[in-house]
Amino acid sequence: MWHALAVVSSLSVFLLGLASPVFAHGLAGKRFFPSTIAIEDPFVSDELTLPNITHIKRRASGDEPAARETSFSGEYSKRITPNFGLSLEGTLVHVDPDHGEVLDGFENLEVGLKYQAFTSAAHEAIVSLGLSWEVGGTGRRAIGAESFDVVTPAILFGKGFGDLPDSLSALKPLALTGVVGLAIPTRAKTRTVKVEGDEVEVEVEKNPNVVTWGFAIEYSLPYLTSYVRDYGLPDFVRRLIPLVEIELQTPIDRGQGGRTTGTVNPGVIWAGKFFQVGVEAVVPINERTGKNVGIRGMLHFFLDDLFPNLIGRPLFGR
Amino acid sequence: MARRLSAGLVLSLLLAVATGAGAHAFLDRAEPRVGGKVHAPPARVSLWFTERLEPAYSRVKVVDDTGRQVDKADGAVDAADARVLRASLPPLAPGTYKVIWRVLSVDTHVTEGDFTFSVAR
Repeated sequence: MWHALAVVSSLSVFLLGLASPVFAHGLAGKRFFPSTIAIEDPFVSDELTLPNITHIKRRASGDEPAARETSFSGEYSKRITPNFGLSLEGTLVHVDPDHGEVLDGFENLEVGLKYQAFTSAAHEAIVSLGLSWEVGGTGRRAIGAESFDVVTPAILFGKGFGDLPDSLSALKPLALTGVVGLAIPTRAKTRTVKVEGDEVEVEVEKNPNVVTWGFAIEYSLPYLTSYVRDYGLPDFVRRLIPLVEIELQTPIDRGQGGRTTGTVNPGVIWAGKFFQVGVEAVVPINERTGKNVGIRGMLHFFLDDLFPNLIGRPLFGR
Repeated sequence: MARRLSAGLVLSLLLAVATGAGAHAFLDRAEPRVGGKVHAPPARVSLWFTERLEPAYSRVKVVDDTGRQVDKADGAVDAADARVLRASLPPLAPGTYKVIWRVLSVDTHVTEGDFTFSVAR
């Protein structure tokens, strides 16, 4: 795992050295919104995340021992029209328990649709509607992939604060993005039959509907430098966007209502001309979520700038 | 396997970068500086962008705090450097001025923005 992280880090540093220190991708007026690492961003765009790596130690739960879990995910997003896009996401999970067998396998494939319904350049605002579909049975059961589908309609938004009065100019680089969705499993209960010798045990697991919600608060040094005040920061620093992402899940029924889990993810993104890199800590919000702090990193490519006349443009419209 | 895929993809993308992909033109720096204060009225404003600009579709103007245009209406892309946009200024009175720009990079991405600078008394 650490070898993989080292490879990604090395590549990122290599790319940082080659790329011009400018940025691209999700825009609303003057505001450049980077792609957030933990939560879905509100933009429809041609982009590729590869990889997004998360490493965290899970605590023991029931019969399951504590384990170090590392996930490698990739997501490809493609604009069908300028405001409507499709995405595909796959995640490979490596589970290394304190005792027992090491497991590797894919989570279920995720297919997403997103429609960018509203954009205001003057107010640096955007609202999108999304629908994601976790395709049941496409992942490995042993690492937790379910056999049923989960459909999640969601609303996503982004808002920059560049329209604040000049007396609050130091706050203009702030931006907020967020997503609120409802994950609806297509099966209310899952029955698992275990046979040990002459004993047959049937376990019934309830699958609640879950509100998935998250926010990211960002302070854009590129925005500060280009539109508010140029403090003469070094090139590398002026491309940084410190942020805190909050990612939460709240079941609402089937005996688990209100048992919120989630993480707070403070970190930083460096946005370049054709790609961005980011790293965050993964901090559980409560005991129910876990006790250990993890780490998440992402390398993300702006295909609309890399291949403006090939795969980086909408299939229809301009 | 995932590592090899990542490395292969990164190399492919690097090749694409090397073969002239384009991007949005963002303001890299300006003179007078964004949000800065100058003690002598500047003779012009100069804006350096991160990409080459299309001269026919790139504009800059300077307005005073009442919104009145104060530059000499000659804002244009520098003939010697397509990343630079300039506009000449008459002697400016002390006060705060706003620079408003809208540019088209050579790969057809449009960006716009504004910033202020002030001339000290």
